[in-house]
Amino acid sequence: MKVRRFKDSLATTFIRASLVFVNAIAFVIAITLFMKTRPILAKTTLSHLLSSTSWHPLRGDFGFFPFIIGTLEVTAIAMILSIPVCLLSAIYLSEYAHGRFRGFVRLVVDILAGIPSVIYGLCGVIAIVPLVRILGQALGSPTTGYSLLAGGIILAIMVSPVITSVALEVFRTIPRAARENSLALGITTWEMVKHVILRSSLHGIIAAIVLGFARAFGETMAVLMVVGNVPKVPLSLFDPAYPLPALIANNYGEMMSIPLYDSALMFAALILMVVVGGFSLGAHLILLKIERRGYV
Amino acid sequence: MPHISLNNLSISYGNHKVLHEVSVDIPDSQITVIIGPSGCGKTTLLKSLNRLLDLNDDVSVKGNVLIDGVNTYDPKADVLSLRKKLGFLSQRPYPLPMSIYDNIAFGPKVHRLTQEQIVQQIRDLEGRSFQVPERKNGAMDVLVESYLRLAGLWDEVKDRLRTPASRLSIGQQQRLALARALAVEPEAILADEPTSALDPLSAQLIEKQFKFLRNNYTIVVVTHILRQARRIADYVIFLYLGELVEHGPAESFFKSPKDERTRAYISGEIS
Ligand SMILES: Nc1ncnc2c1ncn2[C@@H]1O[C@H](COP(=O)(O)OP(=O)(O)O)[C@@H](O)[C@H]1O
Ligand SMILES: [Mg+2]
Repeated sequence: MKVRRFKDSLATTFIRASLVFVNAIAFVIAITLFMKTRPILAKTTLSHLLSSTSWHPLRGDFGFFPFIIGTLEVTAIAMILSIPVCLLSAIYLSEYAHGRFRGFVRLVVDILAGIPSVIYGLCGVIAIVPLVRILGQALGSPTTGYSLLAGGIILAIMVSPVITSVALEVFRTIPRAARENSLALGITTWEMVKHVILRSSLHGIIAAIVLGFARAFGETMAVLMVVGNVPKVPLSLFDPAYPLPALIANNYGEMMSIPLYDSALMFAALILMVVVGGFSLGAHLILLKIERRGYV
Repeated sequence: MPHISLNNLSISYGNHKVLHEVSVDIPDSQITVIIGPSGCGKTTLLKSLNRLLDLNDDVSVKGNVLIDGVNTYDPKADVLSLRKKLGFLSQRPYPLPMSIYDNIAFGPKVHRLTQEQIVQQIRDLEGRSFQVPERKNGAMDVLVESYLRLAGLWDEVKDRLRTPASRLSIGQQQRLALARALAVEPEAILADEPTSALDPLSAQLIEKQFKFLRNNYTIVVVTHILRQARRIADYVIFLYLGELVEHGPAESFFKSPKDERTRAYISGEIS
């Protein structure tokens, strides 16, 4: 008895310690970033840093607006492109396809999810960039192809396996009775999907999207390779952009050689953290609201 | 001609044959109970009637099921309108992810009933004319109330029609499912062990509701509880290992079973 009690308290302590440790990491990172950004905040105001479009590190001129816009736009394009396709694929696999086909596609999707970012980037340079160049010329806006659109497409392709597979899992956890009860009313499969399956799984779908993009924000490499990396606010889909992760990854090597540059990059990291955090928080708030309505 | 009749119906999952040449007519406006030990194919038989079996991969069906003379398994059959004729209650109720009110209004809305059709439907149901309230959705409000009353749920939910249906107790959810099924005007109700997840009191309410509805609907109930079968059955179908062993009016079935296996099952020797 004593031994079992001891083991129990040991386990409890260990679990608590792990929890504290994990949370402490996030906390330490945030604090460190904040401390490191203090030099630049002492020299310029926060609102200037966030709203200025002029980026001249050598002159000590740091305007982050183009990078913030670039980040948001690349993400928005990726979401617009990926979410409908992923959800429809997951719906097809879950509600229309044969079980064996579903199993096969699951395997393929898992393999896709495991491909390293660099490889996606290379494929993007080889295939997507030229495609965007041709598209741009056809639409009358000449472009190198290294652009906002190319970045968005690559990001969309990269988040698709995760969103599809999580959404599929979510759909498959809906009990059979949901389908039987609704189909028995004489409604079509699509009506069932629209009114019952999607509504029942709203929670999980949002989680799938958050998971996909939480991963995507970290996968800088591929986007960086196709997005052009010009620190200007992009005025069209075919203009180059410069998202925050790319800024950090491209420049951390020389950040010590220019005064305040290191602090500026830390500031970029902090903004990125806030953006990602805001994204997750927003999703959580939506979930809370849905939960309170109690329909899921 | 009976509403529902099965001819030489055989069903397999992959290579596993679970129903062997079942032929039976299901009498109209009565409660038909399908009994038999667990795994004997009761659920399979019931779901073959409205083609919910289609949700399974690798099912093959031979023979046919006639609903009002139309073969359900004819490739040209209109599955949607066939399903609409047969209301269905599953073993565990599933409240649709919407309010109590919308659960009932869902069927009529998806089938795009016009105001006049709704009014006509209520008239047919209540057997009398009535005053449509002036307000928006007045007719639908009356329809929802009528079906909740018909399922014996109205008094319990009338003050919280707009709350999510998932907050009802499981017994209430099953009666809600009944009201929802009735609201698309089926001719028959199919129920797969509808009380197995319910407490005894809720089960009793469902049984009571079935007895009340039997004059106007053909009701088919699957159960593995003999006592329930005795309580509600007008007609009994006994399945054993995928075979139709015996069927007949409840009285003679329970009093003087013809087959040895039926006798053994009724006396509790096999289960
Ligand atoms: N989806 C399925 N795939 C394969 N076999 C199944 C499936 N559903 C049921 N079976 C098998 O068919 C037989 C009859 O099942 P069922 O109709 O559910 O019986 P009951 O409802 O009488 O318990 C059982 O042996 C069961 O294992
Ligand atoms: Mg069963």
